[in-house]
Amino acid sequence: MRDYHEADKTILEIINLKLWYKVYKGYSKVLDGVNLTVRKGEKVGIVGEAGCGKTTTVKSILGIIPEKRYVIPEGQIVYKGRDVLEMSERELNGIRSGEISMIYQEPAAALNPVFTIGQQMIDVVRYSSQGKGKSKKEQKEMVLRAINDVFIPDAERIFGFYPSQLSGGMKQRICIAMAIMTQRDLMIADEPGTALDVTIQDQVHRTLNELVEKRNMSLIMITHSLGVARELTDSINVMYAGNVVESAKTKDMFKRTLHPYTIGLMAAVPRLSGGGIQSGIYGSIPDYLYPPQGCRFAPRCRRATGECREQKPPVIDAGDGHLVACWHI
Amino acid sequence: MSDTILSIQNLKQYFNIGKKDGKPVYVKAVDDVSIDIRQGEVIGLVGESGSGKSTIAYSVIGMYEPSGGRILFQGQDLNLKGQKRTLAMKKDMQIVFQDPGSSLNSHQTIKEILELPLKVHKICRTKTEREQRVRELLDMVELPENYMFKTPDSIGGGEKQMVAIARALATEPKFIILDEPTSALDVSIQAKIISMLLKLQKEKNLTYLFITHDLSLMRNIATSVGILYLGKLAEVARTEEFFHRPEHPYTQMLISSLPVISDEEELLKPQKVKSTGEIPSPVNIPPGCSFHLRCPYVMDICKAEDPLMSYLDETHCLRCHLYSLKNSQEPEACGQ
Amino acid sequence: MIKSRDAEIKKALAYEAKRQEERPVTSNFQKHLDNLKKAGHKFFRNKLSGVGLAVVLLIIFSAIFANYITPYPIHAGAYVDFAHSNQPPSAQFLLGTDNMGRDILTRIIFSFRGALYMAVLVLAISVPVGVFLGILGGYLKGTIVDTLIMRITDVFLSVPALLLALAVASVLKPNLTNAMMAVTLMWWPWYTRLVYGMATSCRNENFVISAGLIGAGKAHIIFKEILPNCLSAVFTKMALDVGWVILIGATLSYVGLGEQPPTPSLGQMVSDGARYLPDSWWMTVFPSIAIIIIILGFNFMGDGIGDMLSKGDGKDA
Repeated sequence: MRDYHEADKTILEIINLKLWYKVYKGYSKVLDGVNLTVRKGEKVGIVGEAGCGKTTTVKSILGIIPEKRYVIPEGQIVYKGRDVLEMSERELNGIRSGEISMIYQEPAAALNPVFTIGQQMIDVVRYSSQGKGKSKKEQKEMVLRAINDVFIPDAERIFGFYPSQLSGGMKQRICIAMAIMTQRDLMIADEPGTALDVTIQDQVHRTLNELVEKRNMSLIMITHSLGVARELTDSINVMYAGNVVESAKTKDMFKRTLHPYTIGLMAAVPRLSGGGIQSGIYGSIPDYLYPPQGCRFAPRCRRATGECREQKPPVIDAGDGHLVACWHI
Repeated sequence: MSDTILSIQNLKQYFNIGKKDGKPVYVKAVDDVSIDIRQGEVIGLVGESGSGKSTIAYSVIGMYEPSGGRILFQGQDLNLKGQKRTLAMKKDMQIVFQDPGSSLNSHQTIKEILELPLKVHKICRTKTEREQRVRELLDMVELPENYMFKTPDSIGGGEKQMVAIARALATEPKFIILDEPTSALDVSIQAKIISMLLKLQKEKNLTYLFITHDLSLMRNIATSVGILYLGKLAEVARTEEFFHRPEHPYTQMLISSLPVISDEEELLKPQKVKSTGEIPSPVNIPPGCSFHLRCPYVMDICKAEDPLMSYLDETHCLRCHLYSLKNSQEPEACGQ
Repeated sequence: MIKSRDAEIKKALAYEAKRQEERPVTSNFQKHLDNLKKAGHKFFRNKLSGVGLAVVLLIIFSAIFANYITPYPIHAGAYVDFAHSNQPPSAQFLLGTDNMGRDILTRIIFSFRGALYMAVLVLAISVPVGVFLGILGGYLKGTIVDTLIMRITDVFLSVPALLLALAVASVLKPNLTNAMMAVTLMWWPWYTRLVYGMATSCRNENFVISAGLIGAGKAHIIFKEILPNCLSAVFTKMALDVGWVILIGATLSYVGLGEQPPTPSLGQMVSDGARYLPDSWWMTVFPSIAIIIIILGFNFMGDGIGDMLSKGDGKDA
């Protein structure tokens, strides 16, 4: 187990991030004060269901939300001591090409079908800060090495393939290779296995895991599956409706589940050991145009009281880095 | 009470995808599958891409005509040569598709969507009766009445799927095929829909053919499970037995790849088999046993000969050379 | 990604504060009103659409009330006044007079009537026919019905459209009605083509398959399932087409195959005036400008309608 306690090993910190999307009727207040910490070499999971804001959060880190469509009223994203939200486009490009990389859910959509794998990967190297000055031969070697690193045999042959000639699992592994070709400090994986079959998903996850550990990279893993988070992360942040409602080390999260939403989520997962199906969580996610005033989970929560509905819950430290945003635990 | 409601016999579904060297090339999406389903059961079909599970569903419901074999529904052959299915056959068997977004017409209101089956099968006589029945259907899936006037665009994915289920129930069918109904939905919404489906199944003594790739889900809802690999059944067994004693190497590989959330579940996974290799394309099915390229127990015979179905006992059968000591009979439907 | 500037944040906060007070009423009327507002917002997103709409409304209005708003309504009929022929634009005759002494402005406005009449009638016949054939062919793709429909469509499309119209119009007596028939004949295939592709892809959609599996008949599927999905494209095209039909009509009347004198028609005015170029330039130029304005007006409005009917929020950057 790694030692997380030194604060100076934190490489990314999201502090009270609020983000509103501009929509026809007004502003959709998706992110409502997200707090997230990633340390060097740590594998952090963001678990949440559709619409909870997890993809919006990571897109804000890289600054890839189209300019006119959002407003950030509050918050900071501090990467290695500097606020990403204050950076110019040029500085952001430097980060995107050299420090943080991202892989997406649909590998087929992330690869251009009319270029070969080799061409696309060389492009990435060519414009990266580490590959710029190198010769064509050296760049190609970097690419071949990356393909080998993701356990794809016969890299030379794959170099000349088009994406359509590869299976889903291999495409995703190529995307991972593209993301790690140059040394990066942080990789963001947005549901990388969801579009794949379960046996292939398992392989891709294991590949990702080994790579990240070998290179001592930090990883932000987004998933809607608690099972996947359990296998791949050191710590988990559960998001609901634009807030991180519970955050803990992975083992602790499963041993002591404290937030009512997380408890409900765990109960809804069908178990391999049997036991039938629960009836889910009452209600649905709030309308971000008219979000609840107090705790955003209150309309669905069994423990909700007047206090919950009127005031935002504080973040309580339940020991050992286990944080919960709730009035009643 | 427990008669066989659906009998799939030696179903073959080959799709012609062109020619190579003058000879036509086929994709063997479904290759000689036989299943008997009894009334009141929930049969699970599990498989990954290329397994043929959706193709089987579409053949049963009538979207494809089988290239070979028969499908008997309530004793009647569904695909008599040259004859289309009767309205009565369509009434008793319905299907719910995977993607809720595309299975509802976004230009119609929920009321119109739910009234269609009522109108087609002349279930209600007057307009008011129909409207009343639509209300009842919405109530059955626990949706509020005012949803009648909404369009599918304004409701969420889970709710769309519940409308699709209500529509399937409108004709009062006996048999419902559910093709990965919750795969596109979040786990908490999935729980709600599945528990509602099970409740309805018990109330109305329905029979479900449930297709999914999620084995943990299958564990909790199916009475029997069948695993498909590249168009053929690999293993069929009653649920308890299936998870307690998975015999086929592919089954073991599938179960061991599942992400689970507790240590006790972790222990239930077969530890010896880790997922390896790619799923071959259904155009290029490996010779011999189609799984041999990925099988940790592969033997010489596996590369040459395709195993036949063997029976461990009456309700548990599998196709694997490791077990073909017993009973290499004619491929026959596995009884329940 | 630059953190939003203070001014922008203040604006957003203020907007939200005001909006929070007006919670939506969930009545049906309110919903329709909201939908209307949203559609309007999408339409006017591009300012030109508004300009187009204004032009179109002006044209329609002046066509209907031509008798009341034109300075010399009599000039639109059999009228001659050689004393005032070939007069340049002046206070008395705003756009000048033609070789018969008739006010050009008045005649232009009266010509709108014939133009609009032709456009409405042509589309009223060709669109339903074209759309129906397109859906039928697309839905029954692969059958003999499909082959029949599409081959006939192909034949009509392969003949140069204008040539076809000219041929038909010249064989028959030259008048407005026959010109309309000719144009209708060449117009319907474009709708068939447009809808055929949409119907072909639509019929593989799950909701169409579901309807079939439930037991719905072909008629229901064609009219209730496939047709509504094609309508937005059809309406957009119709709005744009009004302009083009008018242009074709003008082309026909330019060669004398449309509205016959003394009823004014734009094409004929252009052709008559061409003889007097460059001296009495106003006789050709102003009717030509009128044609351009009509086409642009309908085009811009058509674009707006396309935006309005498109899915989406209306607030894309």
